Order: sequence, then C-alpha cells, then structure tokens
Amino acid sequence: MMISKIFSAHPVLDHALPNLSDYGFFAKPIKNHVPINEVLPYKIASPLFSDYSEKLRFIQVPVNETITHNEENELFFPVGTFLIKTFYYLNDARESKGERRLIETRLLKKTSSEWVAIPYIWKEDQTDAVLALAGGRKNVSWIHSDGKPMNVLYSVPNMNQCKSCHVKDNVQQPIGPKIRNLNIDFVYNQVSENQLQKWVKEGILDSFKDLSSLPRTVNYEDPHDGTLDQRARAWLDINCAHCHQRGGPAETSGLYLNLEEKDPSKLGVFKPPVAAGRGSGNRNYNIVPGRPEDSILEYRIASTDPGVMMPELNRKLVHHEGVKLIQEWIKAMPEGK
Amino acid sequence: MIRSILISFVFSTILFAEFESDLQLKLILAEPGDTIHLESGMFSILGTLSMEGKNNVVIKGSGINGTILDFSTQVEGAQGLSITNCKNITLEDFSVQDAKGDAIKCQYVNGITFRRVKTQWLGGPKPTNGAYGLYPVQCKNVLIEHCIAIAASDAGIYVGQSEDIIVRYSEAFDNVAGIEIENSTRADVYGNNVHGNTGGILVFDLPDLPVKEGRLVRIFDNIIKNNNLDNFAPEGNIVGKVPAGTGIMIMATEMVEVFQNTIIDNKTAGTAIVSYFITEEETKDTEYNPYTSSIYIHDNIYRRSTMIPTLDHDIGILLFFHFFRDIPDIIYDGMPDPRYVGLNGLVPDTRRLCLRDNVDASYLNLDLSKNFESWYSPFLSDFNTDDNECNCTQEPLPEVVLTLEH
Repeated sequence: MMISKIFSAHPVLDHALPNLSDYGFFAKPIKNHVPINEVLPYKIASPLFSDYSEKLRFIQVPVNETITHNEENELFFPVGTFLIKTFYYLNDARESKGERRLIETRLLKKTSSEWVAIPYIWKEDQTDAVLALAGGRKNVSWIHSDGKPMNVLYSVPNMNQCKSCHVKDNVQQPIGPKIRNLNIDFVYNQVSENQLQKWVKEGILDSFKDLSSLPRTVNYEDPHDGTLDQRARAWLDINCAHCHQRGGPAETSGLYLNLEEKDPSKLGVFKPPVAAGRGSGNRNYNIVPGRPEDSILEYRIASTDPGVMMPELNRKLVHHEGVKLIQEWIKAMPEGK
Repeated sequence: MIRSILISFVFSTILFAEFESDLQLKLILAEPGDTIHLESGMFSILGTLSMEGKNNVVIKGSGINGTILDFSTQVEGAQGLSITNCKNITLEDFSVQDAKGDAIKCQYVNGITFRRVKTQWLGGPKPTNGAYGLYPVQCKNVLIEHCIAIAASDAGIYVGQSEDIIVRYSEAFDNVAGIEIENSTRADVYGNNVHGNTGGILVFDLPDLPVKEGRLVRIFDNIIKNNNLDNFAPEGNIVGKVPAGTGIMIMATEMVEVFQNTIIDNKTAGTAIVSYFITEEETKDTEYNPYTSSIYIHDNIYRRSTMIPTLDHDIGILLFFHFFRDIPDIIYDGMPDPRYVGLNGLVPDTRRLCLRDNVDASYLNLDLSKNFESWYSPFLSDFNTDDNECNCTQEPLPEVVLTLEH
C-alpha cells in the first residue's frame, strides 16, 4: 500500500499533528508537563487501572468557549476541546518525586462531528512523543510500591482500540471527565480547590445552581471514602462500565456495571454468562453472593490470559487491590438466592 | 513530514512484528472501496487486529488455506480479528487459528460477508479453545458461505442478536455447537455439512439480552451427521447443557421451519424442540418468552443406527432407561406457549409443533408440563410417542433476502 495514499485517507489526519510538542500544550522541555496556553491539569475520583502506570491529565478548552451541562449532569464540551492524558512509570513507585519514564500520551479532540482519539508514543530520550496510529508495545521495568522489581510488556492502544472503550451508542466519547468524577479537590500551585469550582472560575465551565449538591464518585483506593459497596461500584464503574453498560460494546452480555445500575441480576447476581466461553472458568454465575471464588466476575478480573481477562484491553497485570476489593464486596453480599 | 515519521515509527518498533503493524495500519486507514490484500503464508499475530468505523472494505487473503493468521502466541486482546461499527465489509480467503478468545468477532456491522474463511483451534476440541469461530453479533445483513469452523468451545459459526442472515455451504465440526442462531430474526441456514460436533445446529432464544425474541429461521438442505462429540464447553456456558448427540435443537424460540435435511446418527436427539425450562436455569427476565411456538418440521430424512444416547446428561439417561438403543428422532418437551392455549386446551395449528412427511422419524413428547417435577425420573414419567398429535401443516416461512454490496 502506498504511504501517500494512506495519508490522504483518514479524517484523523485532519486533526493529528506529527508530534505532541506541535500542539503547544506544555512549556519546553515538554516532558515536565508544565501546562501553558490555558491548559489545566485535573484528576478523576476513581481512576482506571492501567498496569500500575501513573497518569497526568489535562484539559484545554478553546478561548471564550465553555463546557455546558444539563439536568442529568452530563457535560457537553465545545468543539476544539482537548483532553490530554500521559501514562508514565516512576522508576521507583515509592518515590513520587523521583525519576519517571513517560510512555504514551493520548489526546481526545472534540471535532465538529465527534471526538477523535490520537495516540502518541514517547521517544526513548523523552524529548517528545510521536504520532502512533497503530499503537505499539514497550517493555517497562520499575520498582513497585512493595519494593519488588516489576516489568510489563506495556501496550499502547491503536486508534481503533481507543474507540473500543471510548464508545457509547457507536459514538466516541470521553470516559473519565464526568461531573461525579471531577467533583473533588485538586492542588493548584499549592492551593487545594474543588475542580469544578476552579473550572467555573477559569471560565471554561458553566456555573452550577448548587455545587454542593452535585454527586461525587468515591475513591476506591481510599478505604475511608464511602462504603465497601460504593468503593466496589466505583471500581467497576471506571474499569468495566465503559463497555458494560447499555449502549456500550459489551451490552450483548446483558451485564451492566455502571454506577447507575440498580438491578442485581444486571449487575451479575446469579446471572449466567452469555458468550464467556472459557472465560467462565467453570463457574456458573457472574456473581454468587458470599462466594467470590465461585463468581465469574472475580475469575476474569484476576486473570491475565487474553482470552479470559477483563477488561480485554490495556491490562497485562492483575490489579491486586481491585481484585481484593471486589472479593470483599462479593463476600459481604448475603448468601442465597 | 508526517509520512517519514510514520514510516520511521513502523520500522522502529521492534516489539511489533512488521506484518502485524502494517496490516493494523491498513485496517485503520482503509478508505471506502479499498481491498486489503493479505499475502500467502502464515503470520504470527500478537494482538487483536481491529477494524472500526469503515464502509465498503474487502479483506482478502490468497485462499482459505493460503493466508493463515496465527494467534498461538497472542499476548493481548480477546479476539483474533475484531470488526466493529462498519458497513459492507467482506472477509474472504483466509484462515484464523488458535485465537486466545473468539476468532473473528463482528459487532454493529450492517453488511458482513464471510466467504471461504476458516477458523480453527489446531489442538482439536478443548475447553481452553476460544468460544466462537465466526461470530457476528448485533449485525444486519450477514452472509456466511463456503466457510469452515473447527473446534470452538462454544459455537463454530455463531450468529447472535442479528437480523437478516444466510449461513450456507459451510462446514462445521469438532465444535460444541456447529452452527448456532441465537436471539436473531430472519435466518436461512442451508446446504451446510455439520458433523462431529456435540450439537449440530442450534436455534436458541436466551434471556437477559438486549436483543430478544428471535424468530423466522429456516433450516434446510443440510447434512447433520454424527454430532456425538462429548460436550467440552467450559461449565457455566449455556451450550454446556446441550446433550452430546444432538442434531438440531430449537429452544425457546418461534417460527422455525426445518425441512429437507438429512439427519443421521445423532445418538441422543435427531431434533429437539424444547423450552428454556429444560436448562433448569431460572431467569428474572420478565420480557423473556421461554416457550417454543410455530415450529414446522417436514420432509426431512432421519436415519439412526442403534446406539445408546449420551449418559452424561439427564435426558440421555432418561432416554436410555425408556428406549435403550432405539431413541426417538424428534423429541418435544410438550411445553406449549400458554398464550396460545385455548379454552379447550388446544393450540391452533399455526402456533403448534407440526410434523409432516419426515422419513423414518419416530417421535417423543416428554410432556414436561405434566411431568415437570418428575421428568428426570424415568420411572415416574408418562410419555407420548404418537406423532399424530403433531399432524398439521404451516405456511412456509419467507426466504431471507440480504442487502449487500459485494
């Protein structure tokens, strides 16, 4: 195939610049991620597990434009908005200020028709990140939080894989930046402030009637935040619900794990699998209350076999803390039908 | 500028085999009208290959055994090939083997043709094989022809939650289910050779799915032979409930016509027509209809050597006790849809099970509605074997007409 033909082809190329530095999101050297040009850092309440990588998140809303919202607390981003997410590993996870290795940066750009995903891979010398539509793989080693050496064949998703998670009703969308995920404090220049309040003050987000009444997802990583049920549901929501919800790619399974789902059988309680194949692990139901060891859900999140594991993408390692949380959650459910 | 960067990326990422990255890039950048040619040879692929949001693209290999995509060393992704959210896609002349999960999954595709495509797990039937070979789900206008599906741990050819489907001139063996049509509407399954599976052709409606009430399925001119393979589905999967030795199984669905098939030497049930109750699974899905209705089985040829049914399954054991080695060919669970049972206790012909002009077909009504509590107890049950109760005809179902580009 002619490369020239490739390049006239894809609509993403109307939006993708060759290097991350070309966008002017960060002061040079860009590896330090010091935001400029109205780029704001943010975080979300309960993050997706991505093989123990750390993440930096930023948003850029075009000047004089604002994010609007509705009664259902959905956000509507103006055309030209960028969501910027960099994945990195600390050489030693116990030293948060220590050396780090940047792996990839994913951009989501709101265009007039839809969101487009644009993946970049960082060069080994960390001077810039380069457009990588077909994704890639990187060997990464680090010292884990328990002091033990770890390594992973880290996978940078290709453009299609971006969409395979970031899709609802066939339209590409952001996953993390929801009001309930953003409704937490962030430290801006040593001053802690609610992110939504800050965005309103910065003029990128329409104001709220009553900010204090807005919902907030608990942080599943914090055992003091919310109940066990709330933490487990927050973990399932961010790690699974992008596919496992109505309109999501895994709706064919009838298993819905989004925070809003209330029906126990849709959440998997005594629900037989549909197309799990060997993913069932010879277990009969997604969740058997009181018995994580008999629950397919537990089996699949604890697996690293590509044909079994959940989520299907962007995970090579087991999220031990998450698995433990889900085990405790299932164990705490009253037994019996 | 951009070009040189792209080229340098492709050639610099050593962990990404060149064939794989090149093909993945073509799949990402394909334009309407493109044909992506796959050269001859066997290529080792490490991650799911995916195509998304494309219109009018052909992926063409050099032959069903000429281009082989081998996933035996796959490290990521739950499918071999994944096609999502597309229109008018044709896959032809290649083979996908040893995928870690499903071999070829297509979701939200309107117009998907599989032609001379093979999916296979080389080690033969094993519970560790992927669930499905050819796997279109939530698709419309599906054509599967001249394909081969081998050793899937669920169904070799599986069409689920889809509309307007033709599966023809294909072969399925060593799978748990050879061909399965599930929660789908308007399907023609004909001219296939389905042998050596646990169950040959299944037409199921299952609960708790977003798309339900499948109907209008025709199964004709197939050879369904020797589907006596021990069920090797991992536990928990509904297909694990299919008794070894099932030719055709119609479960919890309606408007199915089965005709002119040759159904040979399936040791437990040449053709079974059953409600969801047979699975002994409960469901809380209030919109789900667990009964069969409007099933018309005619002009089929049944042949069966004397052999004992499977003893790994309650029904097999029950049949064994009652019939030993001469098992009836057509087995009905006797559970009519209560919505269609009149005040006189009868079901109108249009909603019944009708049997006509089948050659050498013996009949059994398990009469679960009377024997529900004791049906699994061979000594307490009271069965009817007179097929006169099914002596009726129905209107033929309409032919499926697809809208396809190529």
